[in-house]
Amino acid sequence: MDLVAIYAIDILGAIAILALLSVGLAVVFGMMKIINLAHGEFMMLGGYVAILATNQWGVPIWISMMVLAPLIVGVFGVLVEHLLVRHLYGRMIDTMLATWGLSLAVIGLATMVFGNTTVGISSPLGGITIGARQASGYTLFLIALAAGVMVALWCLLRFTDFGLRARACMQNAAMANALGMNPNGVYKMTFGLGAALSGLAGAVLAPLTGVIPTIGAAYIAKAFITVISGGSAVIAGTVSASGFFGAISQGVTFLATPVYGQVALLLAAIVLIRLLPQGITGRFFKRAI
Amino acid sequence: MSTLLLETQGLGVSFGGVHAVREVDFRLERGEVRCLIGPNGAGKSTFFKMLSGQLQPSRGEIRFKGRPLRGLATHEVARLGIGIKTQVPSVFEGLDVRENLRLAAARRAQGVPDEIVAQVLAEIGLDAVAGTPVNALAHGQRQWVELGMILASRPELVLLDEPAAGMTHQEVRKTADLIGAINRHSTVVVVEHDMAFIRLIAGHITVFNQGEVLAEGSFDDIMAHAEVRAAYLGKQGETHAPGA
Amino acid sequence: MRVPVISLALGAAAVAAAILVPTVVDMFSLLSMTVYLVMALLALSLAFVWGHGGILCFGQAAFFGLGAYAWAIGAFNFGPGLAAMALAVAVPAAFAALLGYFMFYGKISDVYLGVITLAVTLILFNLMNSTSGDSYRIGQALLGGFNGIPSIPPLTLPGAAEPLSPEGTFTLAALILIAAYFGLRAVMASRFGRVVAAVRENEQRALLLGYNASLYKLAAFTLGGALGGLAGMLYANWGAFVSPGVFGLSQSAQIIIWVIVGGRGTLIGPIIACVALQAMVTQLGAQHTVDTGLVLGVILILFVLLIPRGLAPTVLDACRRVVRPAKEQA
Repeated sequence: MDLVAIYAIDILGAIAILALLSVGLAVVFGMMKIINLAHGEFMMLGGYVAILATNQWGVPIWISMMVLAPLIVGVFGVLVEHLLVRHLYGRMIDTMLATWGLSLAVIGLATMVFGNTTVGISSPLGGITIGARQASGYTLFLIALAAGVMVALWCLLRFTDFGLRARACMQNAAMANALGMNPNGVYKMTFGLGAALSGLAGAVLAPLTGVIPTIGAAYIAKAFITVISGGSAVIAGTVSASGFFGAISQGVTFLATPVYGQVALLLAAIVLIRLLPQGITGRFFKRAI
Repeated sequence: MSTLLLETQGLGVSFGGVHAVREVDFRLERGEVRCLIGPNGAGKSTFFKMLSGQLQPSRGEIRFKGRPLRGLATHEVARLGIGIKTQVPSVFEGLDVRENLRLAAARRAQGVPDEIVAQVLAEIGLDAVAGTPVNALAHGQRQWVELGMILASRPELVLLDEPAAGMTHQEVRKTADLIGAINRHSTVVVVEHDMAFIRLIAGHITVFNQGEVLAEGSFDDIMAHAEVRAAYLGKQGETHAPGA
Repeated sequence: MRVPVISLALGAAAVAAAILVPTVVDMFSLLSMTVYLVMALLALSLAFVWGHGGILCFGQAAFFGLGAYAWAIGAFNFGPGLAAMALAVAVPAAFAALLGYFMFYGKISDVYLGVITLAVTLILFNLMNSTSGDSYRIGQALLGGFNGIPSIPPLTLPGAAEPLSPEGTFTLAALILIAAYFGLRAVMASRFGRVVAAVRENEQRALLLGYNASLYKLAAFTLGGALGGLAGMLYANWGAFVSPGVFGLSQSAQIIIWVIVGGRGTLIGPIIACVALQAMVTQLGAQHTVDTGLVLGVILILFVLLIPRGLAPTVLDACRRVVRPAKEQA
């Protein structure tokens, strides 16, 4: 019985991690149709903010991870939108290329500043005993956080003024403009929101993997696969895709090794995209947010 | 050999709740020139897209030379002998005129592609710009390149979606001549709005309205048809009605 | 097929250079130039797939890496000869065919192609990175995880008693590059190549004419994958070493940057850009103030924002504008 609980926690944990590292990208891609190849670097910066703030500036870890990191990376995101992305609207491929250049530049800069070694931070939560077994308290935290973020985001998009405007601009920017909304301002905030979410993810994942300038590469492949497989609905897509892939990857990891878990994720993604080229929410849950 | 080239039975397609084409029964004889008219949104272009394999029907049958077309991919339908000039000219923008024609000529069963290209260039009158990329040409010329591709590939059934759109009077005359040239070797269905142009081409007319066939007949029949006049012809009908 | 005299002349000159250069250049320069040529082959492969085929492949490094690893594994298991070489081309080609099948027959469009191909190469990177330990081996070859596979036996041509010398390696790389360049030019001018260009320009119209667009894209993509794999093989042979870095983000980015800077409309532009940028990276690598990635990233951003068509088309256009008024005045 406790073994089932452990397995359940591990699977939900894998799903939660996948959801967290994808949601920032999903916001930017789902709402602005922009492919931000610097997503991994936003996460990396979030990780560094969390670690520096905690280890060097004495900020309590929960604040560095959940407040400072998203805030600082969010502001950085707004800056990036203003200086770079804004000039390339409508040019999807050029946006991809420019954000890829940004990714390289940021990694280079981070390497110059932080060096090439991994810095770590200890997990703020210990283990939890379930029956005869130990589960990671931090995993439970991540599960709760992922759920919380999804709910909060859904409420933001569904119930607030900003959410309505963001969804309007996403559907039809010209019409939104005609109605007096400023799509540029909305896009800035949306991109900033996506960046903040990525920063948050990078920060909360730092205790698991440590941070190094190149850590973005580990996340970006999975994030993109999840977002594209999810389809255009931001939340429904992220939740359904991470649920699907997280379960498969963790399931295979149980049966074999993490390496095979990764392969299984890739194969599942290939099959899914072949069958549902518009992603999961291209076919199911079409009207969802 | 049957003279029936194309036949649809109960053909229809719906998007969500919108029935773009309802239930169309359509018959086309070999060698005909048929005109499809009707108001915007009547389903004419959508009908064409189903015939050319660009859109899968939701219901009904299409039979071309007795062969069912449902389920075939676009390029498979094209290989069976159906060619289309789309509403918005669809050509190989960055390639020059000669290349565009050569790619089409290569699809014809018989004949030397280079010879076909030379002949078609003369027919469409674009020899002078044969080496120019199509995206540098004027609108009317681009339409002719597309018509030229039809001439070069010479499919058995040719679908022309508004071939005279956006053209001057002179250009319209030339387009009508080109359609005549196409008709020498192929059966043609033309979607058009300009009734004067349709009279030039002269053929049977099928009237579409709200996704269905409203009426069929000769030019004079259609002009006199009460429902057609009400639904569509309006002022144009008054100018062209017999006795006017 | 009419071959312009100037092409023949340039080709002959290039072949002559391939044979003569090793005799006049010092060893260090020779080794540097060899790897530049190998990378130029990689740039060429993407220039063909992206520039001619219009296929946005961000993961050309995947085929490069697969070719490198296949060569290493083949060399350890079958000896560093023809069999291993064949493997180094066949494995990436087969992978390209499979991946291409899923992408093109699944009607996956433009931007998604870029993301998926990038994701694939990154996944390969992560995969190869985790293969440390004795259990990860293929036949005689230990995969080595993030440390890679060292001491790959050097290429020995069939019938030769000794492995290829550095001079021979340079000449081989140069000849392969020349052959690939002219070969691709021929492919691009062939009926197959013209259809690939048509599919790039307007896939719908190609379908409406009866061309099986997915098949043509698949073929072009596979050819690009094979060439990328060949470059990988030459690379692994050059360094006698291969590591997961061949699949990495940095490698993938560099290939894209070569083609963007060189210009997508030509084959020669990316080759020149590749050599120039590699030389620059080597210089940068020697000093330690500015990170190479930073410089490359900034270059990419600047080119996308300011010179999106790349250098070769921009330069050619400028030349045409100078030449035409001169002609009109004459």
